[in-house]
Amino acid sequence: MFLKVSLYISLIIFVLALIYKVSTWFRYKIGIGATEIPTAARFFSAIKGILSTIFSAKILTLLKVFVLDVLLQFRILREDFLRWLMHILIYGGFILLLLMHALDKYVTVAIWKNYYSTINPFMFLRDLFGALVIVGVIIAIYRRFILKVPRMFTNAMDIYAIIIVAIIMLSGIFLEASKMVAYSDYKRMVDEYSGLSDPQELKALEAHWVKEFGTVSPNLKGPFDEKTLAQGKDLHQSSCAECHARPQWAFAGYGTAKVISPIGLGIDQARLPSILWYIHILACFVGLAYLPFSKMFHIFTSALSLLANSVMEKGKSSPANIATRQALELDACTHCGTCSLRCSVIMAFEEITNMNIFPSEKIASIKALASGKELSAGQLKHIQEGVTLCTNCYRCTVVCPVGINLQDLWFNIRETLLQKGYPEFLVLSPLSFYRGLMKEETVQRDYEKPLIQAREAIAVQCDLMKKKDKVLPLTPTNRKLQSGLNLSAQAKTFSVCFGCQTCTTVCPVVGNYENPQEALGLLPHQIMHAAGLGLRDLAFGSNMLWDCLTCYQCQEQCPQGVHVTDVLYELKNLAVKRVREKTLQPTERK
Amino acid sequence: MMEFALFLGCTIPARLNQYESSSRAVLEKLGVGLVDIREFNCCGYPLRNIDFKVFLLSSARNLALAEKKNLNVMTLCKCCYGSLKKADFLMKEDAFLKKEVNTILEKEGLKYEGRSEVKHLLSILHKDIGIEAIKGKMATTFKGVKIATHYGCHALRPSQVVGFDNPIAPSLFDQLVEATGAESIEWQMKLECCGAPLWGINDRLSMDLTLKKLTDGKKSGADYVCAACPYCHIQFDKVQKMILSQRNVNHPLPSILYTQLLGLSMGIDRKAIGLEMNEIPASGIEELLKTEAELAAEREMAQQKEIKKEKESTKQ
Repeated sequence: MFLKVSLYISLIIFVLALIYKVSTWFRYKIGIGATEIPTAARFFSAIKGILSTIFSAKILTLLKVFVLDVLLQFRILREDFLRWLMHILIYGGFILLLLMHALDKYVTVAIWKNYYSTINPFMFLRDLFGALVIVGVIIAIYRRFILKVPRMFTNAMDIYAIIIVAIIMLSGIFLEASKMVAYSDYKRMVDEYSGLSDPQELKALEAHWVKEFGTVSPNLKGPFDEKTLAQGKDLHQSSCAECHARPQWAFAGYGTAKVISPIGLGIDQARLPSILWYIHILACFVGLAYLPFSKMFHIFTSALSLLANSVMEKGKSSPANIATRQALELDACTHCGTCSLRCSVIMAFEEITNMNIFPSEKIASIKALASGKELSAGQLKHIQEGVTLCTNCYRCTVVCPVGINLQDLWFNIRETLLQKGYPEFLVLSPLSFYRGLMKEETVQRDYEKPLIQAREAIAVQCDLMKKKDKVLPLTPTNRKLQSGLNLSAQAKTFSVCFGCQTCTTVCPVVGNYENPQEALGLLPHQIMHAAGLGLRDLAFGSNMLWDCLTCYQCQEQCPQGVHVTDVLYELKNLAVKRVREKTLQPTERK
Repeated sequence: MMEFALFLGCTIPARLNQYESSSRAVLEKLGVGLVDIREFNCCGYPLRNIDFKVFLLSSARNLALAEKKNLNVMTLCKCCYGSLKKADFLMKEDAFLKKEVNTILEKEGLKYEGRSEVKHLLSILHKDIGIEAIKGKMATTFKGVKIATHYGCHALRPSQVVGFDNPIAPSLFDQLVEATGAESIEWQMKLECCGAPLWGINDRLSMDLTLKKLTDGKKSGADYVCAACPYCHIQFDKVQKMILSQRNVNHPLPSILYTQLLGLSMGIDRKAIGLEMNEIPASGIEELLKTEAELAAEREMAQQKEIKKEKESTKQ
């Protein structure tokens, strides 16, 4: 009764949660392209897409991916053998236990008519599968907490996953062990099945079980004489052996039983077997009910992600299905940290404290963003910075064990956020090269907007640029700027500039304009001069700074050895730093 | 055997596979060993505009990784080359900076000491392997192909840091191009920037500069522009294609990567050369390779000349 009720309750929760979760795949909108497609259209498009894939040659790709990547998990193996071993042990052991042990009435019995949980090979296999999972969990704990794989972060969901699996496995083994030692369980079986009534016979059988089966009897203790044991063995053969293999085969349970046998009587009196049974069953059902909300949901979603990504292609698959796949992918992430391990820009974190730089940590933020949760301006800016600080090298996508197209995810989120109106200075760097390459294919809305916005955010802080007629004193006004140009020794060279204008003359950018000052503001030699005079606003506010090619013509040809390009680089750094300091809350930045 | 840690950077594996495959094939033929270090990260170049320290740390980590394996670094990208060189230079010059970087690298058990040398593919071909050795591996040569050789800013300048070639009158790349039998033409804008650093930041300006440069190359008689950097090549290839459609220009100057040019004359597997992966078709160049018959005729001519010479000398 308890079993049925709790099973049905957890199943109902599971199914409802599953429906809710699946619905989010069609509702969450990631990227600009997704906003215009209604949920229903996405749903029908998905069905159409799935059917047309199944009834096409692509089914072969799906089968191949299912065997190699879903079942055998080659993608993890390629990355790291220990990790593959860990995962295959946990997942293989767990699935086998589920089929053979938890669903024995439906699966095992259907295959083997004479199935009985306490005879071999089932008894041995159950313990073997359990042991596989436990070894896997031990490796998982070792990797996370002792080996400390670089940039693998542990969150609440990871700990929950380890704990729920550990509880299910350990309670199962202790349940088995406590049943082995429990005298009342023995007694019940004798009463029910043996049909013995002769006290001598009962004693002989009990002696056999105490010696061979680990039963802890309140009446008997070894050693026993040969004769009693021989008689017990005969009785066992005729009454019990049909259903009971030798317990040593259940090595995990038997080993544990041996350890706990000194307190075997107490365990029986406290009815520990039934308590453990409740724990075991409840842990399984809690795991089931909570599964769609936990990391364990990846059992389904990772497979779906791998399969979907193997047959979908940007530009070829329908945008509706890509939008759906991207929402699904958020659930497929197992937070394994491979992407963060291989990410190209990880060193940025040493200077810019923003967890969203790490791909594996971006996912959680993007989940919150996609769910439509109200995020603060600070949070949005952090996510924006995280997705923009990316060289688009595709490494995360290539290594992701569950095949998530992370690169496209970042790109789509980036575009959505950049259009929101928070200036992002990273777009004024060669990181934007990729965005430029993709503008005809995917950047749909106002392409220039983020670029103009970032420049304006800097210019707005430079009052002097707006007062063209202001007369300036010739003595340095801001010594802080001079001393601030200290990131490398080279930048200090601006002070030896004698204003010959060679830098400006050779600059290809200046040469591109009929009226360069109008387009660029201060020209290179003027910027060197402004730096010399400490005129921060003039140095920071010129378009020239952001239109510099960094081709080093100016620096190469300067007769005074001024590192013109390097000074421009440093001024850019300082300008961004200053605007950030002025516009961000102190808590938002290191 | 010569061995290098191959630094691919971010752009090549993601967007220019033909550069990687053709480079690997060419270098294999020349007997250069390549070691892949999976832990390499971005060189830091794109971040220099925003954060100097991030740039420096990124470069330094790569250098430290190569150093740990006792290998010199080979880059295929001029911007990676410039960045790694710059970081190396700065840390060698400034002990304080080096120490600061090392305290952070230490967390990963890495240390930068400046033992690994950073070299660009072109300098390795020119200096470490040598033009004569390359010529010895040629299967055939080009006939009558005019190439606008593009050096790339971050390889040439700042010369004090990179020491790649004479910054005013370089000849290293020209010699390499001519080793394939192609002619490296004289053109005014040879040493100018390709425009890529501004692509995505100020597209109009970037296109102006690229178009100006390519037009000059075309006017000077070039059939192809040749680069040895992913940024330059993509700018001359994919971006040029965008320029052509946006600005109604209909005389493209197709770009070919140097390793494609060299690979063709070395007779390397066409699949590794990947000419069809270039956005602006460059496959016409294959027809300009000398055929077997032409090569045989050439050899015969040379032989006859020699015999003639011998005869003349014996007469005298």
